[in-house]
Formats: sequence, C-alpha cells, structure tokens
Amino acid sequence: MTLMNIGMPHFLCLSAVLFTLGVFGIFLNRRNVIIILMSIELMLLAVQINFVTFSSYLHDLTGQVFAMFILTVAAAEAAIGLAILVCVFRNRDTIAVEDISTLKG
Amino acid sequence: MIEAIFFYLFSAILVLSALMVITARNPVHAVLFLILAFFNAAALFVMLGAEFIGMTLVIVYVGAVAVLFLFVVMMLDINFAALRKGMMKHLPVGGAVGLVLLGELLWIYKGWTPSMFAGQGARAPMPAGVDNTHALGQILYTQYLFPFETAGLILLVAMIGAITLTLRKRGDVRRQSVSDQVARDPKDVVKVVKAACGAGVEL
Repeated sequence: MTLMNIGMPHFLCLSAVLFTLGVFGIFLNRRNVIIILMSIELMLLAVQINFVTFSSYLHDLTGQVFAMFILTVAAAEAAIGLAILVCVFRNRDTIAVEDISTLKG
Repeated sequence: MIEAIFFYLFSAILVLSALMVITARNPVHAVLFLILAFFNAAALFVMLGAEFIGMTLVIVYVGAVAVLFLFVVMMLDINFAALRKGMMKHLPVGGAVGLVLLGELLWIYKGWTPSMFAGQGARAPMPAGVDNTHALGQILYTQYLFPFETAGLILLVAMIGAITLTLRKRGDVRRQSVSDQVARDPKDVVKVVKAACGAGVEL
C-alpha cells in the first residue's frame, strides 16, 4: 500500500473510517434518534463504497447492482424510520431514546 | 498523481463532513453536512468508474433522503440542547469501541490483496467497450430481474407503511365529505308544511 498510487486498500480504508464514524455517532448521540438515523445512513454509505470498490477492481458488475439495492433499502429505512419518529413525537412530545420505554412495562 | 490528489481531496471532505454530522450542535447543520458527504461519495464513485451509482446516489440521497431528514428536523419542535446533555458521558466508551473497530479494520486492509483468482468467478463480468450505465442496464433487467422487482416491492411497502403511520384523523377540523353530500336524500331533509292562515308553524 503506497501513499500516492491509489488502489483498492485506499478505498477500503476510507470506507472503514466512514463506518467507524457511523458507529461512533450512534454511541455519541445515544439520546437523539434523528442523529442515530443519520449515522446509520453513513454506515450504509460505507458499505456501498466497499461494494463499488470491489466491483470496480475485480471487474464484476454485481457489486454495483447490490450497491443499488442498498440504496433502495436505505431510502425505505429512512422513510419508515422518520415516519415512526413523527408518530412517537406526536404521542409523547419527545424523541429521547430512553423515554421511549413503554414496552418495557 | 492527479488521481491521488483528487482521491485525498474527496475523501478528506467526506470524512470531515461525516465527523461534523455526528458532532454538529444544530441538527440542520448535521443534515447539510450529510448532503456534502453524499456529494463527495458520489465523486469517489465516479472516480471508481461507477458513474450510474454515483448519479443515483446524488438523486436518491440528496434529493430524497436528506430532504426528508431536513423536513422532519424542521417540522418537529424538538429541544436539541436537552438531547445533547449526556453526550460527554458516552464519549470514552464510544471512542474506545470506535478506535478498536477502526484499528482492526485498517489492520486487515493494510496488507491485504485479493486472491489472483478473485476476478475469475465473476457473475457479471464487465463487458468491454460498453459504458457503465449501459452495462448495468443489460444485467439489471435480465440476470437480476427478480431482485430488482423485489426492491420495487420493498419501496412500495415502505411508502404504504410511511403513509399509514403518519396519517391521522383530526377531531378539531371540519372536513367536506363528498360521499355524504351526494348520498343526501331530499325525503329525509326537506319538510313541506302547509301553514294555516293566522297560525304559527311548528318546526
């Protein structure tokens, strides 16, 4: 792995950094559901970078097709997650994660 | 050389804006940094030769997902300062977990190279002389037709789910009910009264 000759490890390391930032974001903003959802989007983006990198360097288009499916799932997840968030806010007037514990009994 | 410069430029902006997403004080700024991160990721995809995914990323993430986040952040009246209260308490644990994860991943990737046979079992090898979008379309609607249609179904279910979750009947507004108006029968609502001269009419 050389610094100036860009190859597969560079992109993989970038996606590792991005994924770690996503995990770190979930730990850091444990109360705020909106930031947690954004962190999940960042992690999905990291996975997508991995898929496209392998697809590009191994000359196999399957990775790009699956990157598109990840895009679909990310969009669906964001829509449902935010809809649930709006419902919770309407019912309880807060989005703090530890206040949403009705099911714990 | 020029490739390295652009790679480091885009990835530096990507990582910095991702950092700003998780640490920004104002959630609207967090969403805007998320949009910046998606733009730079799209540029990296174009560098990798995946133009179609890059453009789709811009359209779907920036055009739909990020705007959805922005909409919800602005619509709900949330006290974000109160939500940030315990943030510093979780910093050591989160930082430790993140550093361990990052160290492991980088350690794996540092000296790793794919096997020389890795490209030989390709399920959809890139055809020569065909641009990216064309090649993707050729396999998406043939080899991957079933997963593609399933993805469409997932989007449909997500759409119906989001609508059902957020639709509500409000009690404090009076709405027009067209079917009730059309179904109204003159027999039930009109009363013809013959009024006698000099006498009142009982309604």
